[in-house]
Amino acid sequence: MPIYSDKVMDHFMNPRNVGEIENPDGVGEEGNPVCGDMMTFYIRVKDNRLEDIKFKTFGCGAAIAVSSMVSEMAMGKTLEEAMKITPQSVADELEGLPKNKFHCSNLGAQALHKAIDDYMGKKMGVKKESPSAAKQFEELIHVHCPYCESELEDKDSPFCQACHAELPHCPGCHEPVPKDANVCPHCGANI
Amino acid sequence: MRNVYLDHAATTPLLPEVREAMLPYLGDAFGNPSCLHEWGEAPRNAVETAREQVARLVGGKPEEIIFTGNGSESNNFAVKGVALANQSKGKHIVVSAIEHFSVLHSTQTLEKWGFEVSQVPVDKYGVVDPDDVRKALRKDTVLISVMHANGEVGTLEPIKDIARVAKENNIPFHTDAIASTGNVPVNVQDLGVDALSLAGNQFYGPKGIGALWLRKGMRILPLLDGGIQEGGRRAGTENVPAIVGLGKAAEMALKEMEARVKLLTSLRDRLLKELPAKLDHVVVTGHPANRLPGHTSFCVEFIEGEGMLMLLNARGIGVSSGSACTSRALKASHVLIAMGMSHEIAQGSILLSFGIENTGEDVDYVLTEFPPIVNRLRQMSPVYAKFIKEQRS
Repeated sequence: MPIYSDKVMDHFMNPRNVGEIENPDGVGEEGNPVCGDMMTFYIRVKDNRLEDIKFKTFGCGAAIAVSSMVSEMAMGKTLEEAMKITPQSVADELEGLPKNKFHCSNLGAQALHKAIDDYMGKKMGVKKESPSAAKQFEELIHVHCPYCESELEDKDSPFCQACHAELPHCPGCHEPVPKDANVCPHCGANI
Repeated sequence: MRNVYLDHAATTPLLPEVREAMLPYLGDAFGNPSCLHEWGEAPRNAVETAREQVARLVGGKPEEIIFTGNGSESNNFAVKGVALANQSKGKHIVVSAIEHFSVLHSTQTLEKWGFEVSQVPVDKYGVVDPDDVRKALRKDTVLISVMHANGEVGTLEPIKDIARVAKENNIPFHTDAIASTGNVPVNVQDLGVDALSLAGNQFYGPKGIGALWLRKGMRILPLLDGGIQEGGRRAGTENVPAIVGLGKAAEMALKEMEARVKLLTSLRDRLLKELPAKLDHVVVTGHPANRLPGHTSFCVEFIEGEGMLMLLNARGIGVSSGSACTSRALKASHVLIAMGMSHEIAQGSILLSFGIENTGEDVDYVLTEFPPIVNRLRQMSPVYAKFIKEQRS
C-alpha cells in the first residue's frame, strides 16, 4: 500500500462534499480507462460562483482524497478561479501524492472543469471543451517508473535505471508504460 | 479496538517455539557450518537436523532439500535451473497462467535466452485442466511448472493428475507449493512431482528462508556459484538461524496439521458463507470448496479494493487486495484476469486469510465491520449510483 500524507488520509477518511446535486447546473465525468477509476462532479452556480459542489468517486484512497480536496478548493470560487485548479495544485494542497499515483488518481480537477464546461454550454450557450486529463498529463515533466516508482532521468531509455525493468513506450504520448498494458495509463491510447 | 490480522497469505507470525529454537544461533552458536573446528559443529548439526525436519514435512529425503533465501528464489531456481540443465533436450516450458511472478518472470527471462513458453489457461475457479497441460506439450518440452495452491484465490490445483501427464511424457514437473506447504498435507511421493518450492514465512517460520525439494537424480544448474554448500547447488554461507527456524516450523506443522486444518477450515467456511449473505453483489473468487484452509477471497462490486483495505485497517483489520490500485505497477491481478473477470470487477478484489491465532470472534468482528465499509464506499461510487438508477428504470 502506498504511504499517503496525513492530508490525503484525512480527506480519504472524512471526504468532504460526497453526493449528488438534484438538477445540477453542470455535470462533469472523468475516468481512467486502464483501471476503471471514475469521478463525477456536480455543480450549482450562482452569480458566476460555485455555490455548491458534490462528487462521487470509484477508485483508490488517493482518488477519493483528490475529489474531496478539489471540491473544497473550488467551493465558493468564481468559475474562472476554479478553472485555474490543476492536478499539480491539488497534489500540493494534499501535501503530495505517491509518484506512481500522481497521474491515475489525479482526475478531480479535470472532472470539475468538465462540469463547468457543461454549465457554460447549457446555461450560457458557450461551447468550450477543457483539455481532457490525457492532454494535461502530457505537460507534466516528471515521469516515474511504473514498477519501482523511481523518477526516470531519461524517459526514452528502454529500461529503468533504478530497477532495470523494461520500459516500453506509448506510441501516442511517448510515456513509459507497463510491459503488457493494452491501454496507455497516461493518455488512454490503445497500444 | 480489536486487532485482527487476516493477511496470512502475505506472511504468518513467528511461533514462539520457532523463535526459541533460533535464538542460540543468533548468540553463542554463531559459527560457520563449513568450518571444521568446534565452532562449526553445532551450526552444522543444526542445519542437518532442519534438513531432516523439512524433508519429513514433504515426504522427501534430507539430501533432496536445498535451502534457499525465500520462496521466490526456490521458484527461480527450479524454473531456470531445471530448464537450463536440460536445454540440450529442448527449449520449451509449460506453465499455468496464474503462476506467481517468481515463476512467470523467470520464464520471461528464459524467453530472452531463446526458450519458448506456453501458458495453460484456467477455468473461472482458477483450476488448471490436466488435459490442457497435455495439449500444450511438445517434443522439446523440458519443464512443466504448475502451482499447488494459488495464494491469491486459494484454489488447489490437480497436481497428481498433472504429474501423471508429466510422467507419461517423461518431462520434469515442478510445483510451487509455497502457499500450501505447512498448511495442507504435502507429500512429494503422493503428488508425484520432481521439484517442489516452499517458504518458511508461510507456515509460522521466519522470513528470508525457503527450500527447494529436488528429486534425487534430477539435474539443475546452480544460480549461485562459488561454494560447496547445499551439495554445490546453492553457494553461500547458510542462514543458520533461519534454517533452524524453518526446520522447527516444519516439525510443528507436521505435528499440528490436522488441528490447524480443522480450525482454519471452520473459520474460512463461515466467512465464505456469511459475508456474501450480508452483502449484495459480492462474489467468492477461487474454488468455493477445493481451496486452502483459512483462505477467503472476494470481489466486491462497484468499489475498489484499496479503499476497503484502508478502511478495514482503520478498524484494526489487516487484509490484502489484488486491485490495480493496490499493485505497484497499477495493474489488475493477472490471476483474476486469467479467471475471466473484468477489470472493473477485479478492482473490488479483497483477500482475507486466517491463521492459527485467529478465533471465531475475529470472524464475528469482520462480519460486523466489513458491511458498513462496503456501504460507505458504495454511497460514494458513481458506478453504484448508475447501477441503482438502471435497476429502478
